[in-house]
Amino acid sequence: MTNTIIHIVLALAMPPLLLGVIGKTKATFAGRVGAPFLQPYYDIIRLLQKGSVFSTTTTWVFRAGPLVTLATTAVAALLIPCGAHQAPLSFQGDMILYAYLFALGRFFTMAAALDTGSSFEGMGSAREATYSCLAEPTLFFALITLSRLSGSYSLSPMLINISFGVWLNSGAALLMLVGGMFIVLLAENCRIPFDDPTTHLELTMIHEVMVLDHSGPALGIIHYAAALKLYVLGAFFVHLALPYASGNWLLDWGLFIVSMLELAVVIGIVESVMARLRLIRIPQLLVAATILAAFSTLLVIR
Amino acid sequence: MSFGMKIIYNGLSIKRSEIPVAVGDTFFQGILDAITAGWRVCSYFGVPTADGATLYCIMSARGGSGELGIAATSVGRAFPSLAKLCPQVHLFEREIAEQCLVRPEDHPWFKPVRFLKPLCEGTGFWHASDGGGLIPGVMDYYRVEGDEVHEVAVGPVHAGIIEPGHFRFQCHGEEVFHLEISLGFQHRGIERALIGGPSQRSLHLMETIAGDTTIGHGQAYCMNMEALTGVFSSPRAETVRGIALELERLANHTGDLGAIAGDVGYLPTASFCGRIRGDFLNMTALLCGSRFGRGLLRPGGIGYDCDAGIAEELQKRLDTVRVDVTQAVELLWSTPSVMARLEDTGIVSERDAREIGLVGPAARGCNLNRDIRRDHPFGIFRMSQIPVITASTGDVCARAMVRWLEIQRSLDFLDEQVRHLPRGGYCAAMKPIAPDRCAVALTEGWRGEVCHVVLTDAAGLFERYKIVDPSFHNWSGLGLALRDQQISDFPLCNKSFNLSYCGYDL
Repeated sequence: MTNTIIHIVLALAMPPLLLGVIGKTKATFAGRVGAPFLQPYYDIIRLLQKGSVFSTTTTWVFRAGPLVTLATTAVAALLIPCGAHQAPLSFQGDMILYAYLFALGRFFTMAAALDTGSSFEGMGSAREATYSCLAEPTLFFALITLSRLSGSYSLSPMLINISFGVWLNSGAALLMLVGGMFIVLLAENCRIPFDDPTTHLELTMIHEVMVLDHSGPALGIIHYAAALKLYVLGAFFVHLALPYASGNWLLDWGLFIVSMLELAVVIGIVESVMARLRLIRIPQLLVAATILAAFSTLLVIR
Repeated sequence: MSFGMKIIYNGLSIKRSEIPVAVGDTFFQGILDAITAGWRVCSYFGVPTADGATLYCIMSARGGSGELGIAATSVGRAFPSLAKLCPQVHLFEREIAEQCLVRPEDHPWFKPVRFLKPLCEGTGFWHASDGGGLIPGVMDYYRVEGDEVHEVAVGPVHAGIIEPGHFRFQCHGEEVFHLEISLGFQHRGIERALIGGPSQRSLHLMETIAGDTTIGHGQAYCMNMEALTGVFSSPRAETVRGIALELERLANHTGDLGAIAGDVGYLPTASFCGRIRGDFLNMTALLCGSRFGRGLLRPGGIGYDCDAGIAEELQKRLDTVRVDVTQAVELLWSTPSVMARLEDTGIVSERDAREIGLVGPAARGCNLNRDIRRDHPFGIFRMSQIPVITASTGDVCARAMVRWLEIQRSLDFLDEQVRHLPRGGYCAAMKPIAPDRCAVALTEGWRGEVCHVVLTDAAGLFERYKIVDPSFHNWSGLGLALRDQQISDFPLCNKSFNLSYCGYDL
């Protein structure tokens, strides 16, 4: 019970902090002081207090977009185990639900973008659809590998199963999986080198351009849902890359938080030392991620 | 060979009666012949007359001779368009049509330039339905038809803090077939305000043609005024002007490199160059109190003397900033992900660049060896030369590389000049302006060639003051750079040209 409460509280409170840590890391690399760690919280609170403007050409789809995205991401947050703790929701086959909750949220974001009739948002939707199609196989190969390693079709057992012992046995497979999943983590969360969340250039955006017409609370929800998505996918990735487990439940929560923050710093470093890819190069990198994940599946199945 | 033109030199004036006024088609044939021989058009404009206009064309000879050619002709309500044969005049002809109400016959791309009211009485070729003048951006755009072709319109209100301009892309998926650029939103009527000048305001108008080219335009104006009055500014003043011009170039080139890095999402260079640009601007402020050099130049010399203390401080700051800028920019060339974005993006071929008459770093990035500081030296550049940099690939990388190499050459130049400031006065007294004369001044602003032509009337007042900002030549280059490119690369290409909207709109 306590674990469930901590799980929910962390999922509600922590995601924007990851963005704050990424921002601070980038600022350090750029030789700036940077915005405070809590800045993303202030931004979301500020947006929630504003009024909204809705274009008369839009329909209910436009208003539903942010809400559905938030709802699907929040359910996914309940499916993912944090650290060495069981997730609040867990059943056989929940990994499929996990994958398609994101797809449902994305579908509504894209539908809301198309609903505005703007050429920018149409371009953004086309890009998002293309790149998410290419990112999805990687996630499924990862899930197949993990379920093969753990013998389960549920996220909690298959992720908690990963330990340094498993790394010793199937290190090669896991290493490739970590590579593939890190690429997908960056792509799904619109980080550099795939997308630049801080750019103001609408012609180069992928995710940001789809939400150009949202304002006020709707935009605040979108920002929060994006942070939550980073948190949920990050938690998945942390299981693979940093499977710390001490046996003490309280210490395990601490280790989970630390490893999430480490992940945020790593993302910040990646964003600081490299430029964005040209959009036509993005599929190549995503296909590379799929190949890595496919080989890891091959290694555990053989 | 002068193709029926009077040969003049940069920064000098001649009697208006010396300008050959060709009859019939000799004027137009002369322009064609000269362009075939490698000359290029610096300025081509009209002065409205009772029943038409007098057209003046100023051309630059091939490098080395330092010669400029000027010729004129009188036309009625129409004149033959040369745009099909030499694309570099196409915008000038549209401008003539808009300002003087004479039609370039058979012009392939007859559209408004700035959506302004003509300089003379009458109705323009393009009316607005309300009769109150044209609305910028309202015209027939080129369209590509087809099921899978879509149109993307950007601006005039942009997401960043930049000037207003309207861009229409004809796209096939992510690929751009055609980009049409429509400007005029920043039109302030500078050329109209200068008719009947000079006045107290004239210099301030010049400084605000394009705020980031304050020194480039200001110096061209001062050169014209000095040529018309026969006053010469002292070597000390010329040196400080040269220093200010190069500081302006340094500040903007550094800012551009930072902005290019920012557009590809490469953080370190973007952040550091932003700060270093400020360091260069502060050096200009050290000279005159304004970060953009406002008030530094005045006809006859400079407004503020650069004493030994200032020179010493400048020298000290230059030494520090050279280290900083080198560190920040070298990161770009050593990061493969950045080079992958810059190389082969936004290519303008050398042939296209020559045909449309690009100037400045954009031209030098296409292997065109043109630089006013060497081809038509003015001021301090008569004594002290800066080597011309060219790159051959014509892509974003070439334009960035040219900027970086120019930064280094300019720093070397400043090092030398700041150490050896000539003694003497810094501002000579002005005399009355000579009547019935024509003066031409070209300077190399950081974007490229700035051309000012002035014609005075019998009373010694400006009958026409024609300004050509380098952006006027180069906007078509941006359109060409986007052909068959990814639409997502537009901001990067745009930044690599970094053209002025207000300099074009006047």
